[in-house]
Amino acid sequence: MALSLKELSKKEELFSSGHRLCAGCGAATTMRQIMLATEDPVVISTATGCVYVATATYPYTAWKCNWIHSAFENSAATISGVEAAYQSLKRQGKIDKKIKFIAIGGDGGTYDIGLQSLSGALERGHNFLYVCYNNEAYMNTGIQRSGATPLGASTTTSPAGSASYGKKVFRKDLTAIVAAHNIPYLAQTTPAHWRDLMGKVQKALAVEGPTFLNILAPCHRGWRVEMKDSMKLARLAADTCYWPLYEVENGQWKLNYTPKEKKPVTEWLKPQGRFKHLFSNPEYQKVVDRLQETVDKEWAALLKKCVVESKPPETETKTAPARDVC
Amino acid sequence: MTNLQTKKEPGSVKDIKSARFAAMTGNNAIAEAMRQINPDVVAAYPITPQTEAVEEFADFVANGKVKTEYVAVESEHSSMSACIGASAAGARTITTTSSAGFALMWEMLPIASGLRTPIVMYVANRAFSAPLNIHCSHDDTMGGRDTGWIQLYSENAQEGYDNMIQAIRIAEDQSVRLPVMVCLDGFIISHSVERVDLLDDETVRKFIGENKPPYHLLNVAKPITIGACALQDYYTEHKRQHSEALINSKDKILQVADEFAKISGRKYGLFESYKLDDAEYGLVIINSAAGVAKMVVDDLRGKGVKAGLLKPRVYRPFPGKEIRDALKHLKAIAVMDRVDAFGAGRTPTFTEVASAMYGLEKQPLMINYVYGLGGRDIRLEDINNVYEKLMDIAKKGKVDKVFDYLTVRE
Amino acid sequence: MKKQMTRKEMPLGTVIDSPGCSREYKTGGWRNLIPVRNAEKCTNCLICWIYCPEGCIKVKDGKITEIDLDYCKGCGICAEECPVKGKAITMVEEKKEN
Ligand SMILES: Cc1ncc(C[n+]2csc(CCOP(=O)(O)OP(=O)(O)O)c2C)c(N)n1
Ligand code: SF4
Ligand code: SF4
Repeated sequence: MALSLKELSKKEELFSSGHRLCAGCGAATTMRQIMLATEDPVVISTATGCVYVATATYPYTAWKCNWIHSAFENSAATISGVEAAYQSLKRQGKIDKKIKFIAIGGDGGTYDIGLQSLSGALERGHNFLYVCYNNEAYMNTGIQRSGATPLGASTTTSPAGSASYGKKVFRKDLTAIVAAHNIPYLAQTTPAHWRDLMGKVQKALAVEGPTFLNILAPCHRGWRVEMKDSMKLARLAADTCYWPLYEVENGQWKLNYTPKEKKPVTEWLKPQGRFKHLFSNPEYQKVVDRLQETVDKEWAALLKKCVVESKPPETETKTAPARDVC
Repeated sequence: MTNLQTKKEPGSVKDIKSARFAAMTGNNAIAEAMRQINPDVVAAYPITPQTEAVEEFADFVANGKVKTEYVAVESEHSSMSACIGASAAGARTITTTSSAGFALMWEMLPIASGLRTPIVMYVANRAFSAPLNIHCSHDDTMGGRDTGWIQLYSENAQEGYDNMIQAIRIAEDQSVRLPVMVCLDGFIISHSVERVDLLDDETVRKFIGENKPPYHLLNVAKPITIGACALQDYYTEHKRQHSEALINSKDKILQVADEFAKISGRKYGLFESYKLDDAEYGLVIINSAAGVAKMVVDDLRGKGVKAGLLKPRVYRPFPGKEIRDALKHLKAIAVMDRVDAFGAGRTPTFTEVASAMYGLEKQPLMINYVYGLGGRDIRLEDINNVYEKLMDIAKKGKVDKVFDYLTVRE
Repeated sequence: MKKQMTRKEMPLGTVIDSPGCSREYKTGGWRNLIPVRNAEKCTNCLICWIYCPEGCIKVKDGKITEIDLDYCKGCGICAEECPVKGKAITMVEEKKEN
């Protein structure tokens, strides 16, 4: 399907209004875009976290598709079972519909507690898409650090204080960990790059076998930014190369977006209250420097891996303004 | 081992067109039941002493003997999670585990029952660490008795086989829709070869029928949300609904047992009463040790001692009223568990039975033993000593020490 | 809001069998600022629509028809992201009746 907003706006919203995610939540925009991108019927499993508690509060549900939550660390294992049931019943001729499967988890549910179940499901080769909506901390339980939290960020379990600059270690590179599973398709994106995101959802769902999307989904509560700025922050993450948009398709790494001018990482850090202390204490300049060095190093390494530079699918539409081209 | 609990239905056996007999271990018997049930999905992870059952089942899959999708998960947490997903998707679903595996999936047990996914799980009972021990205690399933599952206990391979087949019917019944665990003693039964009477495949297939989930995740025409959070306004109603379903499942369990008797000639109840009707001294004891204890009962009866025994089969829902009626005329009762409830000073089954006896005008004297931990043998003479103790306290009319370990080097 | 069910009225196992029924739960009351759209300036690029976390910007035949205030939480993303020079959506203080 052509990804034009006009065409998309004719589709039924499968992620309904009336959910209780915070005003301006980046994950909410992400969920809407994912659901708008789907074409076949989907079954979704969601890990415990903001998206779970705010979209399925009995007796209300924002989901118009079949949807299950069972726990926090097992979104991938749960969808494995649903997908296995589908394979079995289909083989037996008890079901004939084409159905797609999506597991969703936050960065806590994916980078940390759910990493094993994700790895297992990827290795087993189930036919599903795993989506990590990555807001870089455990937001639902009150902004605790996760394996995705960047160096220097102040969270409630890595607070900045007179003797600490916040999180002492770097985030892990989960996308690369997933790539090491040699699955047919995986990518990084953000909801600010809606066409990139939705194109990737469609690509992933069209592939046979396990696929993965790591989606940076700004959380203004945890990042300490204004709620209107969610998309702006996601865009800055890409423009500073802190969060490059790329995909790995059958082992081929492809960059999907090169900023016209690579912005200094401070442009991404400065608006965020969780990094405020890094700029008020001159001693912490070294943390900012380390962050910049790491971004530079990782970006250079990524460029080396990306032999082909590709545009995401369906890049041409008339209605989209220049700033969204990615 | 003495003749099993099987009370032959008079006259019915000749109608049964089953009758393959086989020498098999408990694990073999469970795997055979699983082959005959032919579930849509099995997700399981190896752990001693249950492992053989999944290995054997994996063989059935590899050789096209079943239509099952076998999910070789990376942990028991994931096996139960995958089973929940599969069952919520409308698939007939089975898993198996023991001990640490049971503990690892613990978080998911009340979720499986709370979501009303009719999963059947075989548990070869094994002790918890530490110290690590691969042999039988009932730590796992006794610990998990309040996770909202139906629990069926099995004295031997035959009962394990029979319980597995009945469990499918019970779990998937429209009035029940709850997961069921079928427990038997690790190594003692899982690895001992016994004679097992098997039903033929067609009889099993007809008996279990089709799984007809009222809702499921693959029904595209009627999407559902399952597993929403429910807060102060709804949580209590969910729990009450679950509690009722579990309590009410008792009738269905009995009805399924009746129907099973018709195809097998083996009649099951909520528990087995062995020479209890006129007994004065009774044991309450679960699983394989009941076999040994029945030999002691026979021996004592030969000597004129009115000994009897009650072996719980259905532990959840706990048939308190029925057990009280079966035990209330006794002079003295020893409740024996292959597990301690640390710090309670009473074992789980003692607490259950004592609470069932609560309110009787004349209560039998009751004592409580922990025995056989980590697979320690329970010998005829150990059981005999317990009956002697019962005679002694009955004579004295009082209990000096309610709780003790049997056979321990102090 | 839905009427509270008794345990007997509830489907088994926490199942919710009315897809998308969160629409019965109105979130408009969360709002402090209200988006006001200037239809004349609006080019119907639909950028606000794709970014709105609530899906409450209504579009028909490629044109914005209304912002559904039953659900709009007033986050201001639509106004912030509006690419039109001088903005076709602005956030204004909402006068709330009591
Ligand atoms: C086994 C387990 N441990 C801890 C929790 C508590 N818990 C619920 S959600 C959550 C954090 C979720 O973080 P993340 O996955 O990043 O999602 P977010 O809340 O940011 O959307 C935690 C720690 C839990 N539900 N289960
Ligand atoms: S805390 Fe953050 S992630 Fe959670 S709902 Fe609010 S904005 Fe979204
Ligand atoms: S203010 Fe926020 S919720 Fe309201 S219409 Fe604009 S983007 Fe949507």
